Amino acid sequence: MEYLILFLPLFASIISGFFGKLIGDKISQILTSLFVSISAILSLVIFYKVVNEGYVNNLIIATWINSGSLNANWSINVDALSSVMLVVVTMISSLVHIYSIGYMSHDSHKPRFMSYLSLFTFAMLTLVTSDNFIQLFFGWEGVGLCSYFLIGFWFKKQSANAAAIKAFLVNRVGDFGFALGIFLIFYIFGTVNYNEVFQKIPEILDKELVFIGININAVDLICLLLFLGAMGKSAQIFLHTWLPDAMEGPTPVSALIHAATMVTAGVFLVVRCSPIYEYSELALSIITIVGMATAFFAASVALVQTDIKKIIAYSTCSQLGYMFFAAGVGAYNVAMFHLFTHAFFKALLFLGSGSVIHSFNDEQDINQMGGVWKKLPYTYALMIIGTLALTGFPFLSGFYSKDAIIEFAFLRGNNLGLYASSIGVFTALLTSIYSWRLIFKTFHGSYNNSKIKIDTVHESPMVMLVPLIILALGAIFAGILFKDLFIGQETSYEFWSSSIKFLAPLSKDHPPIWFMFLTPVLVIISIPLAFYLFIKNKKIVHSIVNSNKPLYLFLKNKWYFDELYDYIFVKPSKKIGYFFWKKIDVSIIDKFGPDGISELIKYFSLKAVKFQSGYIYQYAFVMLIGFSILLTLLLLK
Amino acid sequence: MNFPILSSLILLPTIGALFIFFVRSSSEKYQASKYLSLFISIANFILSIYLWYIFDKNSVEFQFVENREWLLGFVDYKVGIDGISILFIILTTFITPICIISVNATIKKRLKDFLIAILLMETFMIGVFCSLDLIVFYLFFEAGLIPMFLIIGIWGGERRVYSAFKFFLYTLLGSVLMLIAIISIYWITGTTDVEKLYEIGIDSNYQNLLWLAFFSSFAVKTPMWPVHTWLPDAHVEAPTAGSVLLAAILLKMAGYGFIRFSLGLFPLASDYFVPLIYFLSLVAIIYTSLVALMQEDMKKLIAYSSVAHMGFVTLGIFTMTQQGIEGSIFQMISHGLVSAALFLCVGVVYERHHTRIINKYGGLVQIMPKYAIVFMVFTLGAIGLPGTSGFVGEFLILMGTFKKSFLVATIASLGVILGAAYMLWLYKRIIFGEIINNEIKSMIDLKKFEILILFSLVIPIIFFGFYPEPLINSIEVSVGNLLDIYNTNIQTNLAYKN
Repeated sequence: MEYLILFLPLFASIISGFFGKLIGDKISQILTSLFVSISAILSLVIFYKVVNEGYVNNLIIATWINSGSLNANWSINVDALSSVMLVVVTMISSLVHIYSIGYMSHDSHKPRFMSYLSLFTFAMLTLVTSDNFIQLFFGWEGVGLCSYFLIGFWFKKQSANAAAIKAFLVNRVGDFGFALGIFLIFYIFGTVNYNEVFQKIPEILDKELVFIGININAVDLICLLLFLGAMGKSAQIFLHTWLPDAMEGPTPVSALIHAATMVTAGVFLVVRCSPIYEYSELALSIITIVGMATAFFAASVALVQTDIKKIIAYSTCSQLGYMFFAAGVGAYNVAMFHLFTHAFFKALLFLGSGSVIHSFNDEQDINQMGGVWKKLPYTYALMIIGTLALTGFPFLSGFYSKDAIIEFAFLRGNNLGLYASSIGVFTALLTSIYSWRLIFKTFHGSYNNSKIKIDTVHESPMVMLVPLIILALGAIFAGILFKDLFIGQETSYEFWSSSIKFLAPLSKDHPPIWFMFLTPVLVIISIPLAFYLFIKNKKIVHSIVNSNKPLYLFLKNKWYFDELYDYIFVKPSKKIGYFFWKKIDVSIIDKFGPDGISELIKYFSLKAVKFQSGYIYQYAFVMLIGFSILLTLLLLK
Repeated sequence: MNFPILSSLILLPTIGALFIFFVRSSSEKYQASKYLSLFISIANFILSIYLWYIFDKNSVEFQFVENREWLLGFVDYKVGIDGISILFIILTTFITPICIISVNATIKKRLKDFLIAILLMETFMIGVFCSLDLIVFYLFFEAGLIPMFLIIGIWGGERRVYSAFKFFLYTLLGSVLMLIAIISIYWITGTTDVEKLYEIGIDSNYQNLLWLAFFSSFAVKTPMWPVHTWLPDAHVEAPTAGSVLLAAILLKMAGYGFIRFSLGLFPLASDYFVPLIYFLSLVAIIYTSLVALMQEDMKKLIAYSSVAHMGFVTLGIFTMTQQGIEGSIFQMISHGLVSAALFLCVGVVYERHHTRIINKYGGLVQIMPKYAIVFMVFTLGAIGLPGTSGFVGEFLILMGTFKKSFLVATIASLGVILGAAYMLWLYKRIIFGEIINNEIKSMIDLKKFEILILFSLVIPIIFFGFYPEPLINSIEVSVGNLLDIYNTNIQTNLAYKN
């Protein structure tokens, strides 16, 4: 069964990729969707078995790299953590596959697109089911590659190509840290297998290393290096710049890869390595700080963006920040819970926005929309559900997971936890404002698009709406149904025992009543507030913007990260490269090396040629001089 | 075991070359000579695979050893192989037929002579990888220069003469020192037999100088910074098949030499010069990657990337760890396949559009989709993506390096980021985007024989990415043995000093 889950998507991808022309668009679409759906159903079965029977399994498929003491296998490892990921990945993936049948109906490269989607699913599955760090790395780079293909899917667009390369390279920066982390793990533990590494942790707690001149604890260093990889993949602040640009890809891709699955791989990594992270106070603190910084930063940027997909992308960034600071305060299970619920409502929002974009003939600017809620009733209702769930409206899925994160941060008791929880509350407010801004500007107010007549705006076909409805059900009920399993005080420890390590059990207290009500109340208040600001009385927003122009531009330009990186990294690399080539290679090495030497030889041989003038008296003269010098020397001796 | 299988491997191509030489050069015989050389090279490939099959992977001894008296008992003709050399022999016999098929499109004049040059090249290269005598090694090593010199000089581009001489002078200057060192070894120990030398060892007082002499030759051939500037020129001017041979096999002779001779014969000196190698390798990795980023000529870009990749190889060899050395050998094989493939890819578009300037292309995916796919696979192989052979080598090398020095491994890992940058940028500029240049529109997708050769390279690149076991298995024992000799030497020397 595990084999089927893993390899069905791969087969689907190969068939659709290589024989797409042969079998036609329709069959390749149905085939890939069907195979991935079967994989999803089987994943649910596995998940059921894990929950009810405590099923764990570690299948070894084959040896991969075996060099000296290094041994890495191709494996399928099933435990609580990977079964959750299996469900998330295959469920969302199959829905996205089906949705894409409708969304890509006007595209001429359907088999290729489906093939990439299935290939991505396969890579993501190898990532989550690995039992060692090297296969994890394989999946890690594999999903990055598929993301590269899919972002650049519309290869004629220069911006799409640039975004694809940017995504790959920024991720490579993260992977650089990740790879060093793996090297260090192998150096210290002599193995790359999870279980063996986790068992040996207590033996090396006090080991100190010198890394680039700094004395540091080995466990801390491992954790930080791995986290660098997680930051890249999960678009955390400083390495986030690729995610908004990645929206150049088709919208189903954004939903699958850049919201529900791939970008959560970083969170997965930290949770998977919880047996290591539990011993590193330093790394956990840094994760908390990075997480909350990202949550706040991305939410602030999302407030002023006008591209519907970029707003949701920043929102994803921000929610990933939440997951990280949950992990940072030691509540790994809560992080996983948020990952789980987030997958549903964020995929719903993306696919919903895709439906809007589809209706508007590829318009993405929310200033060019408005007043169409009657035209798109289903999409509108589904987007509302997604937004309610995202903002944490009571009793929808986001409410359980996000509030739990804020509460656990609060209960952590130290200063950092307090900061994190207050930033969490504030960010929740921002989240609510920008989300409702998006809804109101898209669906309410007056119709603002001069290019497309309002009558031509149409609802999407059923093949796109059905997956949305299923996701909406998830967005509504995933929280309430699974909260006991994931974060319940008694039940969850048993469920997670096979994969997460808690050094000390999480606090069982409840925060004060006022604190528990704070976030939901803010979230509810913000709905009429947003309606008033963005629909009823737009002048207020305009006057705020006008009186704070620098702040507005700062946010609008995403805190100038892109410009900064261009200035620090991209331009200098090109300049240095050019300098090395033209100045050192050509002007120094070649000039003084081969060219110089051959010039020199030519010069001397020309001189030597002059000796052979052919005149006897000259030869005689030289002989005479030579003879007299020799004679003088002999006499002097 | 009486059948001289190694000598057959070495001589078969030469015999083929002789046959072709005597074929009269009327136009239909041209085809005949091509098929003859193809037949010979494929037969040689099959023979080498058979050799691999009967080769005992668990033995530390050299196998299939042939020892014949030669030059009045002063030098013996001695050949033999271990797990390391066999892989390079197979790489050679595998790449040669591919070169011969590729000739179809690229060589317009004096085809017969060209085929002779390639077959002779094969003889010399196989000879290098199985010599067990320093003099024999030197002869093969240097003889390989001549056909390559002719290939660049006769069938090359506009600046072919300059490049050919640059190539020849650079490599010859380095090798002269090696010859002197070999003669000195004979005077010091009384033999040039590699097996015997492994046994008796060389006096530690001489090792450093001798090591430097060998190094000067290998460093040029590798090529290491700062003696790398001949490579881009040679590649740019060489015809496609020449570039393929040069990148895939000629460069590997140096890496092989480092392992077999520098490490094997002069362990103490190798240990002593580790910082030098690390430094030069790191410069090669970072510096040439940055230079590659700025290239406007496809072949130059790939040539510079070869220097960076070989930087990883030298780095790995001198980590003296199992992972590092195995990674280096793996990287050499993988780079042999990937760089050969990349040069063939450049050849494909050059033959159609007659320029290698990157900016003249763009949007090729719309008219050459098959080409776009295979080029993508090779690009990923060059980047070292997991699932391609490039990953296994690079990862093992870095893992081995990390054991020795965190700093060096960290800097070298930066090269991996740069590698992705220049390759993906190259790919984007050639393959993606709109077609700006109208002349491109008339280009046709891959022809049948191009599909054949390119796919025969795709398969091993992906296969060994997922299942590197056959290769690693074959070198495991030999590398272990080499490291044992190395470690005993270091330890006895330490004990002696104390």
